[in-house]
Amino acid sequence: MGCIVLGCIILAVSLAGLSPYDPYKSDMSARYQPPSLAHPMGTDALGRDLMTRVLYGGRVSLAVGFSVMVITLLIGVPVGAMAGYFGGRVDNVLMRITDAALALPSLLVLILLGAILREVDAPALKQNPVLTIAFVIGILAWMFTARLVRASYLTIREMDFVVATRALGGSNFRIIALHIFPNAIGPVIVEATLEIAYAILEESGLSYLGFGIQPPTPSWGNLLSNAQEYLVKYPWLAIFPGLMIFLSVISINYIGDGLRDAFDPHKVLTKMGEV
Amino acid sequence: MGHYVVRRLLQAIPLMIIVSIVLFALVNLAPGGPLAGRGQSKRMRPEQIAILKRQFGLDQPLYKRYIFWLVGNDWTKIDTDGDGIKESYGQGKGILRGDFGMSYRTRKPVMDSIKNSFKNTAYLMSVTLVVVAIIAIPVGVISAVKQYSIFDIIVTSLSFIGQAIPEFWLGLILILVFYVWLKNPLTGDSLLPPGGMYTQGAAFSIIDWTKHLILPVTMGVVGWVTWYSRFLRSSMLDVIHQDYVRTARAKGLSLNKVYYKHALRNALLPLVTIFALDLPYIFSGSLYVEILFSWPGMGRLYYQAAIDRDYPMLMAILTIGTLAVVFANLLADIAYAKLDPRIHYD
Repeated sequence: MGCIVLGCIILAVSLAGLSPYDPYKSDMSARYQPPSLAHPMGTDALGRDLMTRVLYGGRVSLAVGFSVMVITLLIGVPVGAMAGYFGGRVDNVLMRITDAALALPSLLVLILLGAILREVDAPALKQNPVLTIAFVIGILAWMFTARLVRASYLTIREMDFVVATRALGGSNFRIIALHIFPNAIGPVIVEATLEIAYAILEESGLSYLGFGIQPPTPSWGNLLSNAQEYLVKYPWLAIFPGLMIFLSVISINYIGDGLRDAFDPHKVLTKMGEV
Repeated sequence: MGHYVVRRLLQAIPLMIIVSIVLFALVNLAPGGPLAGRGQSKRMRPEQIAILKRQFGLDQPLYKRYIFWLVGNDWTKIDTDGDGIKESYGQGKGILRGDFGMSYRTRKPVMDSIKNSFKNTAYLMSVTLVVVAIIAIPVGVISAVKQYSIFDIIVTSLSFIGQAIPEFWLGLILILVFYVWLKNPLTGDSLLPPGGMYTQGAAFSIIDWTKHLILPVTMGVVGWVTWYSRFLRSSMLDVIHQDYVRTARAKGLSLNKVYYKHALRNALLPLVTIFALDLPYIFSGSLYVEILFSWPGMGRLYYQAAIDRDYPMLMAILTIGTLAVVFANLLADIAYAKLDPRIHYD
C-alpha cells in the first residue's frame, strides 16, 4: 500500500508540468482563493495556484530525500566497510571520526549550516539548492549507516567463505566490494529507505524555519513557512503541503517496514509457518 | 567502574576540543557575520562598525578568537580604541572558567539568557516527558501482552501516523483546530491559546498556565510516545516469553502482577539506556515547539541567535548541546552496566 501511495505521489509530482498554471508567476487578481474546482488547493498570497506549487515543491522535497539517501550511502558504506573489515587502527580512526560526528547536536548544527548557506553568495550553491541542502542533511546523517555497515562486516569477515576467498588470493577490495557487500546489503537497504523519510522531514523542518530551500523555489517545507500567520483566514495554505509530507513519509516508512520483514529470514519463516 | 568513567571522561576531552574547533570555525568563518545586518542600516558609519568589531573582538585573527573564547583574554592586553597600542586587559574569562561571553544582541552575559530560557524549556519538557511516560508505558505493555489484538493493530497504525507527521505541521494543525476552529460554547472565545507560557499581564492562575501547556505538550508528546511505546512493545515481547515469567505465572500470580511487576521491570531496562541517549534530542527537539508556540526557551534562543549571528550565544548553546550528547552517552553506558549485572566494563 505504501508503494501505491508513494507511486501516486511520484507520478503526480513528475506530471506537475501538465498543470495549466505557472508555479512562479503571480496573479494579483486571484490572491487567497479558497480551494475550488479551478484551484483544488486554493491560491497563495501572490495568487499562485497552490496545487501546482505543491507538485513542483514535491519534486524538490523528494529529490532532497533521495539525494540524502545517496549521500549517506556514499559516505557511510565505505567508512563502515573499511572500519569493519580492516579493524584495528583503521577501525579506531574511522570510528573516532564517527563518534565526533555523532557528538554534534545535529538539529542545532543543521540550523547553523542552513543559516550560513543562506548567506553564501556562490552561484554554484544557489543554482543547486537541492544538492546543497541534501549535502548538509547527509553530512549529519551518514554515521548511522556507517555503524550498521561496520557491524555487518565485523560478523561476515570471520565467515568461512571470506577466509576461503582470502586463501584463494582475493584482494581486500574484491572481498569488501564483491563478497561481503552482497551479504551485508539487507539492513543497509532498509536503513537507506527510512533515511529518505527522515530527510524529507528534516528538509521540511529546515525550510519551514527559513534555513532550507529558499523561495521562490517551492518545497513542501517552505510552502508552510508563512502558514502560521495565515491560519486564521487562509487555513488551506497550512493544510495541503503538510498533508503531502505526511503521505510521502508514511508510505516510505511502510515500504521500509516491509523491506525489513522481507530481509528478516526469521520473520519470513514465521509467516510461512515453519518456525 | 570508576576507572571506566574516568577514562571515558578523559577521552571526551580531545573530542570536545576537536568538535569545538570545528564549530567555532564554522560559526566565525561564515559569510554575513553579526555586523552584516548592521552595516546595511544607514545610521551606522564605518567607524562605528570598526568600534563594534573591536568590542566584539572580531578584529582578531581566528586562532586568537578561539583562544580568547576558550581561556578568556584577561591575561593579555588588547587594543580597545583602535590606535594600534595594546593598552588594557580584556574582560572575558573564557568558557573554561564558565564565562560564555556577552551576547552581541543584548550586550548581557550569554549565561543569564541561557539560564532563564533553560528553566522554561525544562518546565515544558518535564511536563511533556511525564505525559509521554503516562501514555507510552501502558500502551507499550498492553500492545505486547495482547500482541496482534485489535488494540495492538490500532496502536501500530497510529504509531505509523505519529512517526510520519512533521512535528511543526502537527503544531500548525493543533493551532488551527483548537484556536481557530473550536470555540468555547459559553464565551465564544478560542478554546485554547495559540502560544506563550501564560496570558500577558494576567495574574498567575494554574488554569491559565495549564491551558497554555496543552497544545505545546501535545505537539511534543506525539513523536516520543510512538517511539517509546513501540520500543517498549518489542522489549516486552522479548521478556514475556522468558522462563521466569512462565515461572511467575505457574506460581499462580495474577496476570497483572506478572506483567506489571515482573516483566515490565526488565523490559524497561533497555528503555532507560535509550532514554539517556535521547535526552539531548528531546531538548533540541523542543525547538520547533518553542518557535511555533512562542515559548521563551532554549530552542527559540538558538533560533534567534542563528538569525542574528550572535556568535557567543551560538557557541554557548552548541557547546552545551555537544556536552549534553557526550554526557548522555556516558550516562547511558553507566546506566546499562548498573542495571544489567552481566555487563561489565573495565
